Order: sequence, then C-alpha cells, then structure tokens
Amino acid sequence: MASVTLKEVSKSFGAYDVLRSIDLTIDDGEFVVFVGPSGCGKSTLLRVIAGLVPVSSGDVFIGGEQVTDVPASKRGVAFVFQTYALYPHMNVARNISFALETARMARNEIRQRLTKVADMLKIRHLLDRKPKQLSGGQRQRVAIGRALVSQPQLFLFDEPLSNLDADLRMEMRFEIAKLHAEISTTMIYVTHDQTEAMTLADRIVILNHGRIEQIGSPRELYDRPVNRFVAGFLGSPRMNFAPVSFDVSSMSLLGPKGFAFEGRLVGDAQPATLGLRPEALRIVKAQIPRSIQGIFERVEDLGYEQIAYVRLTEDLVWTVRSADPLPDHAAGQPVGLAWQTKDLYLFDDAGMRVDVLAATEPFAIEQS
Amino acid sequence: MQNRETRIAWYFLLPLLVALAAVALWPLGRNIYFSFTNAFLDNPTDYSFVGLENFATVIEDPVFWGAVKNTMIFTLVSVTLETLLGLAVALLLHRAFAGRGLVRAAILVPWAMPMVVSAKIWEWMFNDQFGLINKALIWLGFLDKGIAWTADPSLILGTIIFIDVWVTTPFMVLLILAGLQLIPEEIYEAAEVSGVPAWKRLWSITLPLAAPAIGVAVLFRTLDALRMFDLSYVIAANSENAMTMSIYARDQLIGFQDLGVGSAASTWVFLIVGLVAILIVSVLRLDRNTT
Repeated sequence: MASVTLKEVSKSFGAYDVLRSIDLTIDDGEFVVFVGPSGCGKSTLLRVIAGLVPVSSGDVFIGGEQVTDVPASKRGVAFVFQTYALYPHMNVARNISFALETARMARNEIRQRLTKVADMLKIRHLLDRKPKQLSGGQRQRVAIGRALVSQPQLFLFDEPLSNLDADLRMEMRFEIAKLHAEISTTMIYVTHDQTEAMTLADRIVILNHGRIEQIGSPRELYDRPVNRFVAGFLGSPRMNFAPVSFDVSSMSLLGPKGFAFEGRLVGDAQPATLGLRPEALRIVKAQIPRSIQGIFERVEDLGYEQIAYVRLTEDLVWTVRSADPLPDHAAGQPVGLAWQTKDLYLFDDAGMRVDVLAATEPFAIEQS
Repeated sequence: MQNRETRIAWYFLLPLLVALAAVALWPLGRNIYFSFTNAFLDNPTDYSFVGLENFATVIEDPVFWGAVKNTMIFTLVSVTLETLLGLAVALLLHRAFAGRGLVRAAILVPWAMPMVVSAKIWEWMFNDQFGLINKALIWLGFLDKGIAWTADPSLILGTIIFIDVWVTTPFMVLLILAGLQLIPEEIYEAAEVSGVPAWKRLWSITLPLAAPAIGVAVLFRTLDALRMFDLSYVIAANSENAMTMSIYARDQLIGFQDLGVGSAASTWVFLIVGLVAILIVSVLRLDRNTT
C-alpha cells in the first residue's frame, strides 16, 4: 500500500497541454476517483502515475519515493484497462499468472495466489478458457484478477466499466467497492460516469482542461462546489443556471425574467449566474408570489422519478426533478417555479461560487 | 432464397474460374500431358506416349539433383535470413518516430525494382575488376585483391542469396509489420505495468500474436524462392553451381527443345513446391485459427 503525491505535474503533446501543473496528494488506502469531461486529462494523469506516459515537467511520488523516471514495470502498480487488454493467446489462468511466472515466482506460490484470486472473483470455473470465450463481465473480472494477483501497492483503473451494460456495471461497481473494503489498497479510478464517482470515491478529483477544479468528498463536491463547472458537472440532470445581475445600491439580484430579490452576500462579490438543482425546484401555480414564471414543456416519467422541462425564456429551459408524480400539466401551460433560499447557488463572472450570507433576508420575488 | 443466393455467387465467381482455368489449369494440364510423351518443341504435334520414361530421365540426371540441392539451400538460407531481418526491421518500424512514413516508403524501393534490374546492378557491383564491393573492401583493408564473387563456384550461390535478401526483405517487413499493427497497444502496456521485461514481451506476446502473419510471409517467400529463376539466370546464366530447378526445366524445354523431359522436370518442380507448401501450412497450422 502506498500514498501518491504529484508535484506540479504537467504534460504536453506537442503544443497541446493535457495536464497543467497538477498538485495532488492521495493518502495510503484511499479510493480516489478522477472525473471530468472527455479530454480533461484524467486518463493521461492516471497513465502518468502508472509510468506509461512520461511527464513533461513535475514529479511523481509513490509511497514517498520519487518515481518520476522509474519505468512502469518497476513501479509496483497494477492497471486495469477499459478494453481489458487480456492476452488473447493465453488462457485465463496464464493471463493472471503470466507476470508472476516472469518474475520467477515459485510454482506453488503462483498456484496459491491464482486460486485465491480466482475464488475471490468467482472465476475459478473459467481458468482454462481463452479471453474470446468470455463475456464482457467475465473479461473484466479476469483483468481485475490479473491486477490483484501481483499484490500491488497501488491500483489504477481506467474507465473499467465503460464497456459493460448497465446491469453489469452496477454489479461490478459494487464488487470493486467490496474489493477495496477487503484489501484496502490505495485505488485510483478514472471515469466519466458521475454515479461511479459519487458511489465509489472517498474523494473525487474533478478535472477540466488539464487542471484540478476541486478535490473533496462526494458530499462536499455536491453541496459546496467551488465553481460553476463543478456545480454543473455533478448531478443528473445538471444544475439549472440563469444569468443574473446584482444591483449594489438596492442589494438586489435581477434575473432573466425581471425577477428580483434582496440579499446580503459575503464580501463584495458580484454574482453573475444563479444556480438551482433540479430537485430543489417545485412546480407551483402560475403567478404565485415568490415563484419564477415559465411555460411547461414536457415531462419524462422514469417510474421512480419524474423530470419536467420548463421554459423560462426563449433559450433557457430548466429541469425539475421530483420523486412524487407531478400534477398533470398540458404543454404550453404557464407554471411557476419555487425554491428555498438555502438551495440557491450564486457564481461570480469568473464562475467562482459566491456565498449567500446565512442572515439573508427572505428572498422576495417580484413579477415583471 | 438460399439457393438463389448461392447461384448468384457462382455467377460472380464464374469469370474468375474461367480465367483460372485458362491461365493455370489448362497449361498445367498440358504440361503434365506432355510429360508422358516424347514430343519436341520444334514439332509438338508429332509425338507418342512413353509412360514414365521422362520422369525417370529427370530423376537419373545428376544435374537435376544439383539444381534441387541449390534451390533448397537457396530457399532455406534466404527465407531464414529474410524472416529474421524482416522481423527486426518491422519491430523497429513499428515504433513511432519522426519520418516513419518516409522510411516505410523508402524501404520498399529494392522490392519495387524488377528483379532483372536489381540482379544486373548487383552483378556490376560484384564485378571482380571494376565492382564497387571489391573496391570498397580493398580500400577498407579487408582484401588485397578483388574476389570473383559471381564466378567462383563456392561463392556464387552465397552472392545470389545476398542479392535476394536485399531485394525481398522489404516484402517480409511489410507483411510482418501489418501483423504487428493488429496487436493492440494496451496489451503491451498491461504487460509493462505488470513488470514483464521487454524481451519477455517480445517472446511471449509479440511473436505468438504475430505468428500467423509471419507464417503467411514465410509461406509466400518459400514458394517464391522454390520457383526462383530470374536472379540466378542473370547472375550465373546456366552455371551448374547456381542452377535452380526452374532453370533446369527451362534448359530441357527451351535449350534442348525436349518438350517431354522439360515438361516432366516442370511437373517435378510443381510436385516439390506443392509438397513443401502442404508441409508449411500443416506445420504452421495456417489453415486453423490459432488465437
């Protein structure tokens, strides 16, 4: 087991900067998930830690040791690939034990470890098969077994579940969480799936354009996103935004439909955007005080929840999420949207979150 | 429906089958037919059947066995060298580096030249009096005086093998490179991360996975080498020291105008090449899916 420290790690491919001065410390035994949109550099960062991609500048430490120039084969890490990357010409047993054979480990030791891993992953009946005779889920188990058998000090997963169908993904997600609880080796897991990030991580690292946007527990990130990007990235459907302006003299916010409310903010920040999560909104009758007016567009009934689309302006549609069935609205019917003050997020024009002071006056919404 | 599709498939295949019959089956049949006769090339319509006499004549001719031996040595040595060199160059070219596309195109030049042209160029370079090779070796101090590369009976086959390796290694490189490029990069990364050293990755991953491609390349080159005619003919004319099976058959057929014996010699060549092809296919299991 080992901690991982990155110091000012940068990586460029030609003129394209994939990673820009990443500083990060991962504790021994922690489960950290790198998440972000495609091209944010999360996979490259994982490969830098594995040693598969050399850094352009900066330093990598594993277990307190500087490994920046240590080749991948000597870092003592295990890597699970999205494509599984099993050796197609070897059977499952050989796929798992190949690295141990190479390391000249004693035969009965290899057999012991193989049996243990196979039992743990329930793949003992598959040991004689070739990879192409396995299903996607079985292949992924073998790939995890191959990583597990070398008893690495660090586990790296690169979107390991992306090629599986939804049911299997959920099952494997659970198994990976269980695995971490059992062996408590440090794990770093890359995904673009926020459900995986939220459910697996001790801490989530959100990346965007090669930079870390925020590091924190799933709860922290969800409740207290540092900026608009993080707020918009986590949550499904994503947070609703609307441009606002702030009038300093009246201390009031002016929204897109002429709604306004008074409030006191921390410092002299200038909010430029307002954010509300879909589950923080309630659909109310049109023209009810303290609600914002919109046109009901459509509802998606998922059985366990409903998602409604309400148009505020020509190019602004907000989503509302509700566990309870929504009252029947015809498309085009005017409705109001209401929320509670505590659920409101504000961001300045650089996108950073602006805190609304706890002692704020109740928001008064005026109709235009 | 099934029947109709099958019938349409046969219609599409028909032109190919007709062409194959015209340029391969018919000449082969005629060749085997004539090998049982005493026909001569100047008047091929006047002949009678002589049974297996021509086959016996060929088998009893020590010159034929000399040609078989030369062909076998040539095939074994040149194909081995070409495979090893081809694999080495393919492994180098498989790595991404600046200018790889250019190198890949440039490496094809020897193979793109007609064999007769290459043979003539090398014959001149190997010339004992004026050749570049002797000049260079003398200048470098390896030799005191020029060697008769293409005249010395003990050197001529080696010289021919050298030229063939130069000309056809690019073909091996291309076929093997195509095989290497089918192996996913992540398999190597997986092995690398697990601590498998580079030589072991080559031995236990690259070679087994590239084996089908290498096998096909070896098969192609072996069949080509067994039929080799042009290179030997240009360099050695009909010196028995470098005579191949094909040159022997040509000598009987054209040189001696003996259509019967020449055809029998050609039939022997056909049978030997066929036998070797079957051997290679079964040993390398090219007919089976190996992965």
